[in-house]
Amino acid sequence: MNRTATLSWNRVAIYAALIFFSLIYLAPFAVVLLNSVRDVREIVGSSAIGFPKELRLSNWSAAWNSYCINGHCAGIAPFIWNSLAITVPATLISTMLGALNGYSLALWRFKGDNFVFALVVMGIFLPEQMKLIPWATVLAELGLSNTAMGLVFIHSIQGMSFATLFCRNYYLAIPPELLKAAHIDGAGFFRIFWHIVLPLSPPILIVTVIWQFTSIWNEFLYGVTFTSGEQQPVTAALVALTSQIAQAPEFGIQSAAVVLAALPTLLVYIFGGRFFVRGLTAGAVK
Amino acid sequence: MWFKRVLPHLVIWPPLAVSVFYVVSYTLWTTWLSFTDSQQFASNNWVGWRNYASIIGQSKVHTAYTNLLIYGFGFVVLTSLIGLLLAVLVDQRIKAENLFRSIFLYPMALSFIVTGTVWSWILNPGLGIQKLVRNLGWTDFQFNWIVDRDMAIYTIIIVAAWQASGFAMALFLAGLRSVDADIVKAAEIDGASAARTYVSVIFPCMAPMFVTVFVLLLQFAIKTFDLVWVLTAGGPGIATALPTLVVYDYMFERGQLGRGSAAAVLMLSTLLLVVVPYWLWRRRRATA
Amino acid sequence: MSALQIANVSKRFGNVDVLKEINLDIQSGEFVVLVGPSGCGKSTLLSIIAGLEKATGGDIEIAGRAVNDIPAKDRDIAMVFQSYALYPTMTVRQNITFGMRCRGVAQADQQKALDDTAKLLQIDHLLDRKPSQLSGGQRQRVAMGRALVRKPLLFLFDEPLSNLDAKLRVDMRMEIKRLHNRLGATIVYVTHDQIEAMTLASRVAVMHRGEVQQFADPDTIYDKPANLFVARFMGSPPMNTVPAELEAGPAGLVAVIGRGSPDELKLPLPPIEGARAYLGKEIILGIRPECIAESGRSFGGDRSSVTEVSLPVEMIEPTGAETMTVLKLGEHVILGRLAPDVRPTPGRRHGFALDLRKACLFDPKTEWRIQ
Repeated sequence: MNRTATLSWNRVAIYAALIFFSLIYLAPFAVVLLNSVRDVREIVGSSAIGFPKELRLSNWSAAWNSYCINGHCAGIAPFIWNSLAITVPATLISTMLGALNGYSLALWRFKGDNFVFALVVMGIFLPEQMKLIPWATVLAELGLSNTAMGLVFIHSIQGMSFATLFCRNYYLAIPPELLKAAHIDGAGFFRIFWHIVLPLSPPILIVTVIWQFTSIWNEFLYGVTFTSGEQQPVTAALVALTSQIAQAPEFGIQSAAVVLAALPTLLVYIFGGRFFVRGLTAGAVK
Repeated sequence: MWFKRVLPHLVIWPPLAVSVFYVVSYTLWTTWLSFTDSQQFASNNWVGWRNYASIIGQSKVHTAYTNLLIYGFGFVVLTSLIGLLLAVLVDQRIKAENLFRSIFLYPMALSFIVTGTVWSWILNPGLGIQKLVRNLGWTDFQFNWIVDRDMAIYTIIIVAAWQASGFAMALFLAGLRSVDADIVKAAEIDGASAARTYVSVIFPCMAPMFVTVFVLLLQFAIKTFDLVWVLTAGGPGIATALPTLVVYDYMFERGQLGRGSAAAVLMLSTLLLVVVPYWLWRRRRATA
Repeated sequence: MSALQIANVSKRFGNVDVLKEINLDIQSGEFVVLVGPSGCGKSTLLSIIAGLEKATGGDIEIAGRAVNDIPAKDRDIAMVFQSYALYPTMTVRQNITFGMRCRGVAQADQQKALDDTAKLLQIDHLLDRKPSQLSGGQRQRVAMGRALVRKPLLFLFDEPLSNLDAKLRVDMRMEIKRLHNRLGATIVYVTHDQIEAMTLASRVAVMHRGEVQQFADPDTIYDKPANLFVARFMGSPPMNTVPAELEAGPAGLVAVIGRGSPDELKLPLPPIEGARAYLGKEIILGIRPECIAESGRSFGGDRSSVTEVSLPVEMIEPTGAETMTVLKLGEHVILGRLAPDVRPTPGRRHGFALDLRKACLFDPKTEWRIQ
């Protein structure tokens, strides 16, 4: 009896700690969410942490399509479209090519394949700062400076590193006997990929797509360096918007814009969190 | 017929070649630039170690690396501790485990720009916590680290730890769950208390995971850019400058591509200092 | 005195009854084997005895003390795991003494207990190694050492031999038996291997679907299986079971197989009390393969107890030690164990000797043995 009593106190302490940490983790999001429906005078007058006295839903519409960012008064929406136009094609291209890379590295072993793989993985560790000038030069040569296409190009190529890592490690788990059997049945490189490997791939492709989407959407340095004005992705636009605070503090609208910019990856996380976590830890542990 | 044999090669090699080529060539390219007198535009005039000598003499670079040391150490320790604590808490056969895990990990799905912006408001003395507490009546309450030269770097640690500790938790949890359940039962029968079981049995079993977490967090710290950019932009003054910001500053603010490249190579060297021993260690473990 | 008493223990996971009202009374010094197919609940029962899992209902007493609410560490038990569960970062010495260190046993006593155990198991030269530097058999010994050093009231073994290769398994099986004889400890041992059960146990509890089907000494389990499940699970190859009709013959009971067909067989049965009620009805006849042999065999008894029959052979499997022969018995197939030099031709009829003294009858509906 005594023991169960102390046990339950343990449980209470565990849940109390968990709830405490949960609140800390959720607090910033709650702050920005609440601010997005508060009046700016109210925020400046009291503090950025507080409950709205009255709901200012107009913040959201202003943030979406009329607030001025970079001297362009159409809200955050055009930048969100920019980010989508960059993220969606780059995600698909890098995943496709990464799957192909993974397939050849894992299942069509060739001399030096491990070395090639190591070099590909190095792309993950290589800091962005080492690639800035080369990318700038390449984009200029290709005439892609300050375009969404340019960023699609960069992310398609850089994204391959992670996609290759994920897919290669996943395909390593396919028993070689399966391929030998297919080989004996007369299937070639493409037939094996199409009929055997690809049907086994949905789990890893989902992980890769979710991972690529999140990281490309969240990317900032290339966005701010290689594009300007109306061409910028949403992360760069958000920074431009917040740096305007000094001149025009519009915390309510800015908060709404922040939430809007976070929404796509947040939705991906809520609906595909399982796969996101798998990508996060797979990239780390392998 | 020959075409059918060649076609797979035409498909395999280009993407592989591109993903290898850009890594190698860009590294060599930037390294080459670091030995030239490139200013606004790339030039091919070899100047030897001059760029390196000049940046190493700069107090801004010193500050950046001192900051990296403080931030790297503080961030890795704080993030690992919180991550480990959360992992152990979540591992206690709790209800709604998925919900708690999702809450702790959601910052990793968000851009640093998003979280950094929100934190910059919360930490802003005229707007955030300090203002809130003062409004509540403690009128001389002070929490102005973000604008304090000596303390600003610690706000970076706090926010980065907030963002990444869920990631550390996820890895530690994977480590905890990979320990053979029978070993934990054996410890229970042996009479080890919960704390002793963790410290003497479970944590030693997942020692490799600790190394992995440390290395990943450290390389993450070395690469930190976005977060500082939105939180403090390296300020006040250069109080929170990091190597990544120094590179950017040289390249795009001052138009000194040669020095910027030298700073980038220096940064890469720091990273290799962490990553290469880790790779060697992993290889030895894999073959042992 | 009972070393372990399990009374009405049940366990539910959600809607699934993993254990249904288990009752076992185990005497001090007994070697009890819980055997059954995977998923029968034997490992869950062991975990409940150990205190690693909580029962949904029922009581457990160890040496007369109710332990329902006593945690594993205070139950005075020791356990050997299938995976050995050695602490991988500790040396063999630390592995064996970890429990004593946790309980705060004095240094000198620890040393003595360690020395005794290491000598007993012949692992004294391994004390400074890590588990990863040991072979499978050595790990097994260390795992047993960790259990032995505690001198508990009760040893629990959870499939301790199933990770070893076949030869080592036989060696360790003998060693465990020797240890039991020497220490006289009370052991509860879980396995899915019926040979381990037969060779090691003083009593066997055969489990299936969360219930104890039969709890008895190995000979009883083998010769008088409680039901069809036990009959078919224990013994390798298992008991042949064929439907038959029971009728009264001039000298006693007779089982008729394939009545009306050209292959109709009438087999005289030993007297079985409860069988009277089944006269004229369908039953299931059980005969062990070793009770079917080549014509002329006398099964260590007088020839009068042997029934000679002629049956078609389907195929043979010579194993070296004997010739396993698949026979057709009406529309059924049964297995006989013939002398190694007897090689009947498949497809032909041959003469066979049947020893029916140990034949069992089962109720086809309840599947319980007719006694």
